[in-house]
Amino acid sequence: MKPLLRRLRAELFATRTDTVLSLALISLITLAAFGVLRWAFTQAQWAVIRVNSTLFAVGRYPVEQQWRLWLLTALLVAASGATWGLLRAHPRPDRSGVLWPRNDRLALVLLVLIALAVPAALGLSLAIASRWWGLTVLLILCRWLAGRFGAGLPASGQRLAALVWPALYLVGMVLISGGLGLVTVSPSEWGGLMLTLLASSFAILLCFPIGVLLALGRRSDLPLLRWGSVLYIEFIRGAPLITLLFLGQNILGFLLPGGLAPERVWRAAWVLTFFAAAYLAEAVRSGLAAVPRGQLEAARSLGLSYPKALQHVVLPQALRVALPAMVGQFISLLQDTTLLSLIGLLELLGTARTVMANPAFLGRNGEVYLTLAVLFWGCCAALGLGSRALERRLDPHAVPSAT
Amino acid sequence: MVPVPPADPALPPLPPPTPPWWRDRRVVPWVVQAVVGLLVLLLIAFLLGNLVRNLTAAGLLLSWRWLQQPAGFDISESVIPFNAQLPYWRALAAGLVNTIRAVLVGLVGATLMGTLVGMASFSHNGLLRRLARVYVEVVRNIPLLLQLVFWYFVVFLTLPNGVAAIQLPGVVLAKSGLYIAGLGEGLRWMGPTLVNGVWQAPVRLSVEFGALITGLIVYSGAFIAEVVRGGIAAVPKGQWEAASSLGLSWFATLRRIVLPQSLRVIVPGLNTQYISLAKNSSLAVAVGYTDLYSVAETTLNQTGRAVEVILVLLAAYLTLDLLISALMNGLNHLVQIRER
Repeated sequence: MKPLLRRLRAELFATRTDTVLSLALISLITLAAFGVLRWAFTQAQWAVIRVNSTLFAVGRYPVEQQWRLWLLTALLVAASGATWGLLRAHPRPDRSGVLWPRNDRLALVLLVLIALAVPAALGLSLAIASRWWGLTVLLILCRWLAGRFGAGLPASGQRLAALVWPALYLVGMVLISGGLGLVTVSPSEWGGLMLTLLASSFAILLCFPIGVLLALGRRSDLPLLRWGSVLYIEFIRGAPLITLLFLGQNILGFLLPGGLAPERVWRAAWVLTFFAAAYLAEAVRSGLAAVPRGQLEAARSLGLSYPKALQHVVLPQALRVALPAMVGQFISLLQDTTLLSLIGLLELLGTARTVMANPAFLGRNGEVYLTLAVLFWGCCAALGLGSRALERRLDPHAVPSAT
Repeated sequence: MVPVPPADPALPPLPPPTPPWWRDRRVVPWVVQAVVGLLVLLLIAFLLGNLVRNLTAAGLLLSWRWLQQPAGFDISESVIPFNAQLPYWRALAAGLVNTIRAVLVGLVGATLMGTLVGMASFSHNGLLRRLARVYVEVVRNIPLLLQLVFWYFVVFLTLPNGVAAIQLPGVVLAKSGLYIAGLGEGLRWMGPTLVNGVWQAPVRLSVEFGALITGLIVYSGAFIAEVVRGGIAAVPKGQWEAASSLGLSWFATLRRIVLPQSLRVIVPGLNTQYISLAKNSSLAVAVGYTDLYSVAETTLNQTGRAVEVILVLLAAYLTLDLLISALMNGLNHLVQIRER
């Protein structure tokens, strides 16, 4: 107990000003926490979340087809678990790693607690709660399997593991929209968290190649490519996303021959993609700038062609440097999907607005927005954590840590 | 050593190797540019051709005459006088002024907020340091639009009215608006007063404006706090130590020694944040504040002039961004340390 007391004293009560400040802050925090808790347990009516939980999750997706989404969720959970295991527990050939670092054990406990508490708190039916538990077990199982046996995979196998995600994306598209023997579900029936994740993952996947090309174009020696890229990037970065979405909804129909303009959902997704590409290009450009020029010259003098030198020497280094900035862009892209609600699409925030327009739930803004905030915060924080794990995994000098 | 066979004097010397044209470094760049340029031109021609054809079919070919027609809608709060009989261009101008007002207030507030929080993350007090961290992490991971609707619907629209309104020195927060003390009639200092159950004060802000700038300040403040933190961290530790060994307090060290030196790192970062604040102000439409975007949306719904309205919007925001950039570049020149 002694060291803890000493630390507390050094951190909070070192001087008189510090003591006054600490006491003021502590009382403020206590008051705020007390107020929020009192609101959450006495005044808030969480029925609005309980009754509409399906709506928030998948929008108006037909009930008889929802098994497809559960299947997709299971696949995604399995892939996430495996990725988690490969990133965090996988020992490198030259040194051993730890199967369950401390932070992972914490995350594990947290996940189990969420699986036990949230369905009960929301009053979900036993069928859904048991699916939730099943998904948690699946996640932990895949995490354990990948962590335990991932080391045995050859390097090429591990590289293939990254391709699971795009492949899963295609499977997911078929499962969600139908086709290949499944009943078609039109995009106007998609909504909720599903639409949010779908739009953001679509944009993330497609903006990556476009952004890398733009970044290369901006650093190119060829004036036409360079100025074209600069013009595009600066134009997109100068305009607010909402005006571009507005442009997509109102002008894209005029720009394409009649009938070729895609569905409203897809228009918005494409606008998000081209928007994010410009920002991603800037992140990649900073990465490219960090690779010394000698790397390209050395690769060229070894006889590699320009594309090969880029592919094998420059881009791997540049992308590793740009990774934090790129994930930062992905996180803000995920947040930017809320703007789809302003052009009348029913993603998470749009669904929330329709729910609150229902007279039965009038004035339940606090409950709904707080829930959405927690959801978004969780998704963004998870992306940030994943990025940090990937950074450490890709760093050639990093030592596997215990935390 | 492999002996080199002597050159056969009977054969003419080999010509220097010339690569085929598709590997010639004088030719390839031009071919690549020509192909890319041609493709882009074709794409643009295709899109523009469609645009002209479709607009002609819809009878909406580019024209600016509609700007002179009466707008027919009202703007609830406008700095420049406006009513429904005035033409569209006046409505758009009123929207632009409203946008600029929100951006200016937001810039000042977010800079203050960010600087304070950025400084707090270097405090001796562990609690304050962690609180600054928590603020940044919470705010940056929640979408701005969600925060804006939260401030508007959950905080500002649930404020009490009349006598029950929240009364602070010089400021009254009520559902009907925010009332701030200022110079009233006859240049006398006047605080908010309750007249027949209605608050009155020299300065009244709508709750829409209040929600918008609160959201913008809290959101951008978190990003600016990170910029400030990075700038302060870039100042060598010896500067802190030297200042404190001279007997300067923590605050004096920051204000006199560290912050001035960190400005040259902070200002370029601030530029990016200021521009994104200006663009983010377009989310005002979600809380019912009539900014430029909101007016443009109404205009488009009434006139159907999609292309012109979007051109106006893009031009306005690009100009605003360039203006901020130019100002910040000027500031950047001022704060750079001049070396001999």
